Amino acid sequence: MEWPVIRQLRSRDSTGRAAAVTSKKTRETSPRTGDADTVVQSVCPFCAVGCGQKVYAKDNRVIHIEGDPDSPISRGRLCPKGAASEQLVNSAGRQTKVLYRAPRARDWEEMDLDRALDMIADRFIESRRRHWEDTDEHGNPVHRTMGFASLGGATIDNEENYLIKKLFSAAGAVQIENQARI
Amino acid sequence: MAECHPVGFQWVTEAKARGARIIHVDPRFTRTSAVADRHIALRAGSDIVLLGALINYVLSNDLWFEEYVRAYTNAATLVSEDYRDAEDLNGLFSGYNPEDGTYDMTSWAYQAAGGDEKVGEPGEDAEGDVAEPEGLGQGGPALSHAEVARDETLQDPRCVFQVLKRHYARYTPEMVEKTCGISAEDFAYLAESVTQNSGRERTTAFAYAVGWTQHAQGAQFIRTAAILQLLLGNMGRPGGGIIALRGHATIQGSTDIPTLFNLLPGYLPMPEAGQHNTLSDYIGTIYSEGQKGFWANADAYTISLLKAWWGDAATEDNDFAFSYLPRLTGPHGTYQTVERMLRDEIDGYFLLGQNPAVGSANGKMQRMGMSHLKWLVVRDFSLIESATWWKDGPEIETGELRTEDIETEVFFLPAANHTEKAGSFTQTQRLVQWRHQAVTPPDDAQSELQFIYELGKRVRERLAGSQDWRDRPLLDLTWDYPTDEHGEPDAEAVLAEINGYYVSGEKQGQPLSSFTEMRPDGSTAGGCWIYTGIYADGVNQAARRKPGHQQDATAAEWAWAWPANRRLLYNRASADPQGKPWSERKKYVWWDAEQKRWTGKDVPDFPVDLAPDSRPDPEASGVEALAGDDPFIMQSDGKGWLFAPQGVVDGPLPTHYEPPESPLSNPLYGQQSNPSRVLFPREDNLLAASSSAPGAEVYPYVFTTYRLTEHHTAGGMSRFLPYLSELQPEMFCEVSPEFAEEVGLEPYGWATIISPRSAIEARVFITERMTSLTIGGRRVHQVGLPYHWGTGKEALVEGDAANDLLGLSLDPNVQIQGSKAAQCAVRPGRRPRGRQLLELVEDLRRQAGLTVETGNQRLTVPWTTTPQDHPSEEES
Amino acid sequence: MTSLTEDTRRSAEAYGESAASRKSFFTDTSICIGCKACEVACKEWNRNPQDGSLEVLGSSYDNTGGLGANTWRHVAFVEQNSQRIEEARESGRKLVNLGMPGVGPPQSSGPAADGAKSSTAPPDTAEFRWLMSSDVCKHCTHAGCLDVCPTGALFRTEYGTVKVQEDICNGCGTCVAGCPFGVIERRDEGIIRAKVDRAQSKYAQEIPNEGTANKCTFCYDRLVDGQTPACAQTCPTTSIKFGDHEDMVDQARRRVAELREQGMTEARLYGANPNDGVGGTGSVFLLLDEPEVYGLPPDPRVATKDLPRMYKRTALAAVGMIAAVGASFALGGRR
Repeated sequence: MEWPVIRQLRSRDSTGRAAAVTSKKTRETSPRTGDADTVVQSVCPFCAVGCGQKVYAKDNRVIHIEGDPDSPISRGRLCPKGAASEQLVNSAGRQTKVLYRAPRARDWEEMDLDRALDMIADRFIESRRRHWEDTDEHGNPVHRTMGFASLGGATIDNEENYLIKKLFSAAGAVQIENQARI
Repeated sequence: MAECHPVGFQWVTEAKARGARIIHVDPRFTRTSAVADRHIALRAGSDIVLLGALINYVLSNDLWFEEYVRAYTNAATLVSEDYRDAEDLNGLFSGYNPEDGTYDMTSWAYQAAGGDEKVGEPGEDAEGDVAEPEGLGQGGPALSHAEVARDETLQDPRCVFQVLKRHYARYTPEMVEKTCGISAEDFAYLAESVTQNSGRERTTAFAYAVGWTQHAQGAQFIRTAAILQLLLGNMGRPGGGIIALRGHATIQGSTDIPTLFNLLPGYLPMPEAGQHNTLSDYIGTIYSEGQKGFWANADAYTISLLKAWWGDAATEDNDFAFSYLPRLTGPHGTYQTVERMLRDEIDGYFLLGQNPAVGSANGKMQRMGMSHLKWLVVRDFSLIESATWWKDGPEIETGELRTEDIETEVFFLPAANHTEKAGSFTQTQRLVQWRHQAVTPPDDAQSELQFIYELGKRVRERLAGSQDWRDRPLLDLTWDYPTDEHGEPDAEAVLAEINGYYVSGEKQGQPLSSFTEMRPDGSTAGGCWIYTGIYADGVNQAARRKPGHQQDATAAEWAWAWPANRRLLYNRASADPQGKPWSERKKYVWWDAEQKRWTGKDVPDFPVDLAPDSRPDPEASGVEALAGDDPFIMQSDGKGWLFAPQGVVDGPLPTHYEPPESPLSNPLYGQQSNPSRVLFPREDNLLAASSSAPGAEVYPYVFTTYRLTEHHTAGGMSRFLPYLSELQPEMFCEVSPEFAEEVGLEPYGWATIISPRSAIEARVFITERMTSLTIGGRRVHQVGLPYHWGTGKEALVEGDAANDLLGLSLDPNVQIQGSKAAQCAVRPGRRPRGRQLLELVEDLRRQAGLTVETGNQRLTVPWTTTPQDHPSEEES
Repeated sequence: MTSLTEDTRRSAEAYGESAASRKSFFTDTSICIGCKACEVACKEWNRNPQDGSLEVLGSSYDNTGGLGANTWRHVAFVEQNSQRIEEARESGRKLVNLGMPGVGPPQSSGPAADGAKSSTAPPDTAEFRWLMSSDVCKHCTHAGCLDVCPTGALFRTEYGTVKVQEDICNGCGTCVAGCPFGVIERRDEGIIRAKVDRAQSKYAQEIPNEGTANKCTFCYDRLVDGQTPACAQTCPTTSIKFGDHEDMVDQARRRVAELREQGMTEARLYGANPNDGVGGTGSVFLLLDEPEVYGLPPDPRVATKDLPRMYKRTALAAVGMIAAVGASFALGGRR
C-alpha cells in the first residue's frame, strides 16, 4: 500500500511532510537530460571567450544546453546569453523557411530553397559581369568585379569564412567584409 | 569585462581573491566597476593622454624595466635626423601630405648602421613612399634590412628612448586632469599600481575591447598601451600583455581566415593594383632579403595558398595563378561599400549573419544604401532589421522610403545555428575550438558552408565551357568537398585544406604538421599558414578535449592555438637575455642549457634550438638572422617597437587628438583631430562643429555607445530570445543626476538624443554611475547609450538604434569607425514621429550652420616643417 | 516529541537511510557581477515562462522585480552613494558589537583605519557602489509554505530542500500566504513567446505547471542525479555556491570574517542563524548592507513558530492531508 497516510505511519515521517507524501512522479524524478540520445561538446556562439557547452539532443531536437565542466576556459559556467542559447535553436520566433520579396512588393512570399539558390546564382553571375573591371585607371590589371559585396557576422565558422573568401575571391569580388572591421 | 565577458571574468575574480588589484577605466561605471578595486571615469576618447602620462611617469621616475627594454626593444635604435615629432610641429609629424592626409614615412626611418642612410621599406625608393594601410598584412611591416645604428647608452638625442621621452614629456598628471577629467589622486593610484606590479616578480595586464578600437585613431590607443607594456617588461610574460577581449565567437577567426577586403588568410595582404602586378612584386613588399624573422618565408605561405585554391592550375609558369587574385585600388571597407551602393555602383549584397541596419554606424546610410541594391541576400536565424527595413524600417516611418518604390529584391535564407553544424570557432586567445554537430538544421535552414558550396557549384555549372579568361579562376578553383546525405559539406575536409598538405613528393597527400614545412616551389598547399598543424597527423587537433582539471594551467591538450599550439605569443621574452626566467614566480619558457633547447610550460615561440647567446651571421636573413635574444620574431628587427618607423600610417608615436566630434579643444596641440583620419564629407554624414567652432554649442554633450551583458551586438541573437529580451527590454540612456537636472530629465522617463545624423528616443536612467567631469574648467556631460536595439516589427523587443546617431570618421590604419565619442543634444520627452523627426534633426543642423565641410577639415594648424611653439597654458 | 512542527532534522529522519546530507546555497553577493546568468539558466532548465511586460521596470538594471511563479532566481541591483555606504558599514559594526549571531567574529581593532593602503583594503571607489545580489527560495529549516500546504504537495526532500509536487498541488494558494519571504506564487498563465509566432514554428514551448504553486525546486531533478543546480553551475564568478549545508554555512562564516578583516564591516550573513524566525535557511547570503536594501525581510518568521497558531495550522493541515489522501487515491486510480 502506497497511500501517504499508511506510508507516514509505516515510516518515521512523523510530521508527514517528507518521504510519506511523495508521489510516484516525485519518486521517479530524473533529469530531463537523462532522456537525451546524444550529448555533444560544443562552443558558445556569443562572445569570444569561447565557453564550452554540452548540447543534449533527443530525436534530433536540442533539449538542453549547459556549460561544459571540462573546458579549462569556462569550467562549466555560462553567462545569460550562453545560458539562453537553447532558444537560438528552439525560439518560436525563428524563421526556418525561405522568404522572397519581389521588387516593389509589399510583403514576403515563400519560395522553394532550390529555386532561391538558382536565382541567387544567376544574379551573382550577371552582376559579376556587369561590374567587371580588367584594369584600373592607370592600366594596371585588377581582374575584379565590383558588382556585389558581402558582409559577414563573426559567428561564421573558420571553415565557412574560408570558403566564402575562396569563392568570392575567385569570382573577383573584393568587397568582402566582416563584423571584425566594425 | 564583467559586463561583456562574464565567464572570462571568473579569472579576474580569482586573481582578485589572490590579491591582484583590479582597476577599471571607463566613462561609465559598469558591472565591472562594481567589483573592481577602483573605477576611474575618464572622458571618452582621451585615452592616449592617460596612457601617455603613464609612459611619462615610467620614464621620468626611472621605473622602466631596464634589462628588458635594452635587450628586447628598439629603445637604443637611432631614428633618422630628418624626423620631426608632433611636439615640434604642433601635432603633426614630418612627412605629412596636406593634400590627402597621408604621411610619407621616409623621415621616420631608422638610421642604418655605419652611415647616414635610412632603413626604408623594401621594394621602394626610400623617398616618396606613401603609406597604404590596406596593402599591409598584420605581421609587422617590412624593413629593407635590420642593420640599424644603435646607441647602447640610450643617451643619443636621436635614439628611440630619448625621442619617446621628449614626445611624452607634456603628458603629465595635470594634463590628465584637464583632458581626461581624472584627478591627480586617481592618476597616482593607477600609476603606482601599474608600476609596483611590474618587473621581475610581477606583471600587469591590460584588457581592452572596442572601447579602444572604435575611434578615429583606435590603433594608436593600443599602440600606446604596447609602448607602456614594453617599457614595463610585461610583454610575452605570464600575467602580462595587452588582452583583446573580442566580442564575437570567432571574430578572431574572421581576421585569421579573413572575410576582410584587405587580407588573405594568415594576414597576407590582398594584392594592390600597380604595386603587385607579379608574384615577386607582391612577395617583395612583404619581406626583404635583409630582414629578420618568420615573414621571410612569405613566399612559401603565399604559394601554398595559391596551390590550395587553384591546385594543378597554379604552376611555376603562371606565377602560381597569382593573376587570378583580384586587386585592390584603395580601401574597399564596409563603409566605402555603402557609399558605392548609394551611387548605384553595386547590384548585390550578401549579409551572412550580420545586421548592419542596426549594428553599423550611421544606420540611415546603411539602410538607404541597401534600398539602392538590385538584390539582397540575408542569411540569419530570424527576420532581423536588415531583412525587413523595406517594410518597417525608420525611413518608411519618416516617408523617406516607400515600400512600393523600392526595387530591391530580398532573399531571406534561414541559417543553421551552432548546434546544427560542425565547425571551428577561434576565440579571443587564438584558441581554435571545434564544435560537433548535435542535430540537423530544420526545414530550409542551412549552414554557410553548405550555402557557399552550393552557390559555388551552381555558378561553376553555369560557367562550364566558358572560354572567357575572366572565368578561369572560378572554373580552375578546387571546389570538391565530400558531403553528407543532406548535402552538408564535411567541415573537417575544409579544415584539412586550411591546414595544408603535400602536393607532391614522398609524402604526397599527407597533412603538413607545421608551417615550416611549407615550400615556395608548389610542392605544398595550405589555405592558412598560421593554422598549419591544426590537422597534423590527420587528426582534428581543434577537437581535442582533455578535461582542464586533468591538465596544468596551460591546458595545452584542450583544442589548438595558432601558431603551433602556442598559448602565449612572444614567450621567449618570459626569460632574460641569457635564457633564465626573470623570476621563479614568473617562470614560463626558458633555455635548458643541458638539452640545448628552449623548454617550459608552453610551446616556445622561438626557434627551439637557438641559444640565447647566439649571434647571426651578418649576411643571414629571415629566421637565420634572429639573434638568441630577439624575442619578437615576427618583427623585421626582432625587437618590440616603442617607436614604429613603418606601418602605422598616422604617426610613429601615438599622439593625442580630440575625437572628430568633441566639445573641447585639443589641450596639447593646435591640431585638433587626427589629420589622417578617413573622412566621409557627405550631406548624409554631417558632423557637429567641435570645440570653439561656431555652432558647437548646439551639440554640447558627449555621447558614447556600448553593450550590456544581456544583449548581443545588434540584437539578432538576443532581441529574438524571450529569456534575454525580458532582462533588458527597452532602449535607454544613462546620465548623471547633475545632467538630468540641467536638461530636465525625469527618472525612467524619456529623452530625445539628437546628433547631426538623426534623433532617437530612450528611457532615462539617472544614475551616479555616470559622472559629469570637470575638464579645462568646464563641466562635460556624457550620455551613455547601449546600441542593441533597432526598429522593426519582428524582434520581441524593439527600440531606437544608437548607431543611427553616429557619423562616419574612420581610423586610417584599420578603417574602423569611431563609435565611442561623439556630440549630441538632449531634450526631455519622446522624439517626434514621421516627417517631424526629420525636421527636428534639420532644425538643429541649421542652428549650428553645418555644412559638409564642418568637422571634415583635416588641418587646424598651418602645415609647415618648421618647428612650432606649443600652445601656451592660457590658450589651451 | 516537543512539537508537531516539521523541520529539516525530523524529515531527514523520515528518510532513514535514503536521507542525503542537507544541501544549500551560499550566495556571496560581494563577488556577484549581476550578469543574471542564474536567472536564465534557471528558466532554461525549468522551462519557466518569460515574465513581465517587456518594459523597463525602473529599478536600475533589474527588470525582473522579484521572485515569483515564473522567476526563481532574481538579481537585485542597488545603487548607493557614500553616505549610504558609511551607514551600511556602521550598521555592520553594530551587529558585531551587539554580538549578534550570524556574522563573523568581532574585530580586535579597527583594521579599516590603517588597512586602507593594503591590497585587501575595502573597495577603493568609496563615493559610490553598485550592489548586486541573486535571490532565491530560502528552503527554510522551518518552512512556512510546507507547514500550511493542505494537500501534501509541498514536501521536504531527502536533501532537506522544499519542493512542490506539481502533480499533487491543486493551486489552492495557501502556501503563498505561508511564506514569510513572499517567494512562492501560483502560476496563472505563461508562455515562452515570440512576438511573431510563426505558423511553421514547431518549436513553441509548452509551459509546465500551469495553475499550480511554483517556486525554486532546488533543481530536485538534478540533485537526484548528483548534479549541481542550474544556477550554481552557471554562475560565472561562483557568487552562487552549492554544497552541504554545514559546508556552506562554514564557508559563509569564513568569508564574512575575511571581508570584515579587510575593513568591510558592512558584510554580514543572512539566513545562517539557526535561531532566527525560520530556523535558518538553506539559502545563506552574504550581504553588504541591511537585508531590506536587497528587498529581503529583516526578521522573517514562519507563522507556525507561534504555538497556539501552530496547532490551528496543524489541524488545518490534517484536514488537508485527508483531502490529499482522497485526491491521490482518485488520481492513482486513473493512472
